[in-house]
Amino acid sequence: MPLSSEPSWLNCEVSTGTTIMAVEFEGGVVIGSDSRVSAGQSVVNRVMNKLSRLHDNVYCALSGSAADAQAVADIVDYQLDLHSIAMGRLPLVRSAANMVKDISYKYKEELVAHLIVAGWDKRSGGQVFGTLGGLLIRQAFAVGGSGSTYIYGYVDATYRPGMSKEDCLQFTTNALSLAMGRDGSSGGVVYLVSITEKGTEEKVVLGNNLPQFFDE
Amino acid sequence: SFQTTIMAVEFDGGVVMGADSRTTTGAYIANRVTDKLTQIHDQIFCCRSGSAADTQAIADAVTYQLGFHSIELDEAPLVQTAANLFKEMCYKYREELMAGIIVAGWDKRRGGQVYTVPMGGMMVRQPFSIGGSGSSYIYGFVDSSYKSGMSKEECLQFTANALSLAMERDGSSGGVVRLAAISESGVERRVILGNQLPKFASC
Repeated sequence: MPLSSEPSWLNCEVSTGTTIMAVEFEGGVVIGSDSRVSAGQSVVNRVMNKLSRLHDNVYCALSGSAADAQAVADIVDYQLDLHSIAMGRLPLVRSAANMVKDISYKYKEELVAHLIVAGWDKRSGGQVFGTLGGLLIRQAFAVGGSGSTYIYGYVDATYRPGMSKEDCLQFTTNALSLAMGRDGSSGGVVYLVSITEKGTEEKVVLGNNLPQFFDE
Repeated sequence: SFQTTIMAVEFDGGVVMGADSRTTTGAYIANRVTDKLTQIHDQIFCCRSGSAADTQAIADAVTYQLGFHSIELDEAPLVQTAANLFKEMCYKYREELMAGIIVAGWDKRRGGQVYTVPMGGMMVRQPFSIGGSGSSYIYGFVDSSYKSGMSKEECLQFTANALSLAMERDGSSGGVVRLAAISESGVERRVILGNQLPKFASC
C-alpha cells in the first residue's frame, strides 16, 4: 500500500508510447504519428502532435521518453537554423538526420528516444532516415515506437516501390490505425505531414474517420 | 523452447493451421524442421508455442484423456472438449508451465473451430488466432487482411503469407512453413520450403 494517496502516474516517467512512421515517394515523403502520451497507465495527453518541425523541409517523428525526444528535436531545430543561415539555403535531409544521430549516439546511455527524420531536398528528393540507437540509415520506409512491432508484417506485405503521395498517406493511416488498435500505448488521432518541393501539408485524421478493420 | 509463430483460421467446413519449424536452445537452432502441429485426435490438432517440453507433456496427457473419453462415448470428441482439457491443465499448473496453445479441428456439431489457450490458461473461441513470439509482428497484417467467409485455399494462402512475414522479422521463427487443413473428409498436411515462401516487395 503506498503511504500517500497520490496517484501512481505522478511518479511515472512520461513516455510517448507511440507509433510513428515515414514513407518516401517520388517527389517527397509522408510522415505520420499517433497522439497518445502516457505516464504509466494514465493517458496524460491524447492529442499530442509528435511530428516536430526541424526546418521548412525536414520534420522528425518522436518516440520513447517524451522529454528526451523533445530535447533532441529542440537542439537540432536550433542547430539546423544556424546551419541553413550559414549555408544560405535549405538544409539537406541527411544533414538534419546526421545531427540527430550525433546526439543520439553520444548520449546513447542516457537517452531513451528514437527519432525518425524525413524530408525533401533538391539534391536527393524525398528521404527517410532511421536513427535508432545512434545509427544513421536511409530507408524507403521506417516505423518506430512501441506500436511498430505489431505492424511489421503489414508494412512488409503492403509496401511497394513507386507509390504516389495519396497511396502513401493511405498506407500510413492504415498502418498507424492497425498499430493503435493493438498497442495500449498508442492511440488518439493520426497526424500526417507530407513534404514535397512545393512545401509541407499537415493533416489530422480524427478517431471516427480512421479506417476500421474486421472486428470493429 | 519454441519462440515461435503459430496460427489457425476457421473456414466454412473446417480449419487451416500453420506453424514455423524452428526450435532454439538459446541462439542455437536445435531443430530447424520441427513439427509444431500435433495431432490430438483424428480431426483435432493443436499448435504448440512456448516450452517444447511443457507443450509436449501437455499434448501427450490431453491425447490420452481425449482418446479415453472418445472410447467411452463411442463417437468422435468435440473440439471444445479438447480445448477444455488443455485449458484445465494450463490453468491449474499456470505457475509452472510456459505454454501457449491453439486448439483447432472439425466436429459434427459445430464444424470448423479454433480455440486459443494462451499462457495463463484462459480459453476462448476465435475466428482465427495467432500465437508465439513472432505473432506480435503480424497483428497489423492479419487485422487488415482477414475477412470472414474465406475458402480453404484463401485461408491456406492467408496463413502462409502471415507466417512468412513473421518468420522474416522474428529471429526465433524460421525454417519451413507447415500447414494442415482439417475438414469433414480428414486431414491434409503440406510443407512450404524456404525458397517457395511468398516474397514481398519490401524484402
